[in-house]
Amino acid sequence: MNDNIVEIDNLSFGYKGRLLHKGINMHFARGKVVAIMGGSGSGKTTLLRLIGGQIKPTKGEVRVDGQVVHKQDRNGIYELRRKMGMLFQHGALFTDLSVYENVAFPMREHTDLPESMIHDLVLMKLNAVGLRGAYQLMPTELSGGMARRVALARAVALDPDIIMYDEPFAGLDPISMSVICDLIRTMNDALGSTSIVVTHDVDEAFSFADYVYFVADGVIAAEGTPEDLRNSDLAFVHQFVYGEKDGPVPFHYLASDYKSQLLNFKL
Amino acid sequence: MGLISVVRGIGFRMVERLWRLGVGVRLFLLTIISSGESFRRLHLTIREIYFTGVMSMQIILVSGFFVGMVLALQMFYVLRQFGSPDYTGVVLALSIIRELGPVVTALLFAGRAGTAITAEIGLMKATEQLSAMEMMAVSPIARVIAPRFWAGVISMPILALLFSMVGIIGGYFVAVPLLGVDAGAFWSQMQAQVDFRFDIINSVIKSMVFGIACTMIALFEGFDAPPTAEGVSHATTKTVVTSSLAVLGLDFILTSLMLSA
Repeated sequence: MNDNIVEIDNLSFGYKGRLLHKGINMHFARGKVVAIMGGSGSGKTTLLRLIGGQIKPTKGEVRVDGQVVHKQDRNGIYELRRKMGMLFQHGALFTDLSVYENVAFPMREHTDLPESMIHDLVLMKLNAVGLRGAYQLMPTELSGGMARRVALARAVALDPDIIMYDEPFAGLDPISMSVICDLIRTMNDALGSTSIVVTHDVDEAFSFADYVYFVADGVIAAEGTPEDLRNSDLAFVHQFVYGEKDGPVPFHYLASDYKSQLLNFKL
Repeated sequence: MGLISVVRGIGFRMVERLWRLGVGVRLFLLTIISSGESFRRLHLTIREIYFTGVMSMQIILVSGFFVGMVLALQMFYVLRQFGSPDYTGVVLALSIIRELGPVVTALLFAGRAGTAITAEIGLMKATEQLSAMEMMAVSPIARVIAPRFWAGVISMPILALLFSMVGIIGGYFVAVPLLGVDAGAFWSQMQAQVDFRFDIINSVIKSMVFGIACTMIALFEGFDAPPTAEGVSHATTKTVVTSSLAVLGLDFILTSLMLSA
């Protein structure tokens, strides 16, 4: 069995002639938690969509469990996706279903388990994220952090080999953030899965990740353990990790000369 | 230069519309192919019939009643000039069953249920619920689109028949007790002149076609909506406009075919 559950080889992807990724190589070892970091718009979420087969690469390939994702037909992709669980940025819970039914959804769709077993499994998953008591609530009655936790319970409903997280900390309060942080690690270790976490929250990511990739300008700008990156000499990594406002990523958006633009009046 | 840009603009819009039509037809075919699930798990479709059909009944029944009353009133005064007010029932029934029933029901359906479908699907897309479903290896077309489609197709003829029925009852209340048309003439003329195959079955066929068109347009607009508040709002408007025009256009085509047959 290959040590890497997901492998990205020489991957390029772009929209309308503009390349977002230019020859990216990444490897996700089984059982590890790997963070993908980078600024907004650097194509981190797109990488998750490429792994999930929702979009096709322009060049190169993504392999999940040894199978090239974009060469699969619809059934093949669905087969691969059964090995994956994904937590979307805002949870993406089904608003017409209760918390219980949301978590039961993948089980009902993909298994013929009797209702009594689904009941037990749903409550176990909800208990793992601390929300067993909220099983009757509707998604609109949950806070952002709770919704994220229910979505996590749903993502791991079928004990996937790969758990993908798209910006799991976006818009959360510090308590919810540390709860999610803790859950990412414990879920990964309890299920023996591999976790891929897309985020730009440095402290959180460094606290749980085994390995980190930095994506910038369509390439892997840096990679290594959190310790390696904290001590990195690379200017971009330093700016990102320590949150400096100016550096290789400039504060100002590219613009014409300031003085002449002010004096010319016209835009 | 100006002329070129005008031609280019027209060409661009035409290509865009053709492209959207193609995407819409593709969605329709995929919906048909993925329909097995809607019937195997009937509760999904029944739930949607409740939301699109049962919840639309109030507006359909009230509108039907008033349309019938107004029509009877108008017909009675015109027919009286020709000395045949007893024909009020026939004219009322034929115009409601043949035209107003299916057409007005479809227009009301587009406004009541079509917009709800578009907004719901558009928001599901905007909040990544459809993507989440895809990532769970569940086809949104089979799980979300197809049950709503069949719910619309099944609901529309029933709603149209209810509209026609209530319309005739409304017309009866105005014509017979209020305006003094003979009750026997009202019903017996209607019974003699309304043909089951030519009028009622054709009316059901019409409303089934309108059901397919209205529901598919609503589903497509929602599915195709840009995932923003503005995108969903535009899509909802487009659903009403496109459905209404499609219903009126299809009505003319279907009526021509039915009368020539």
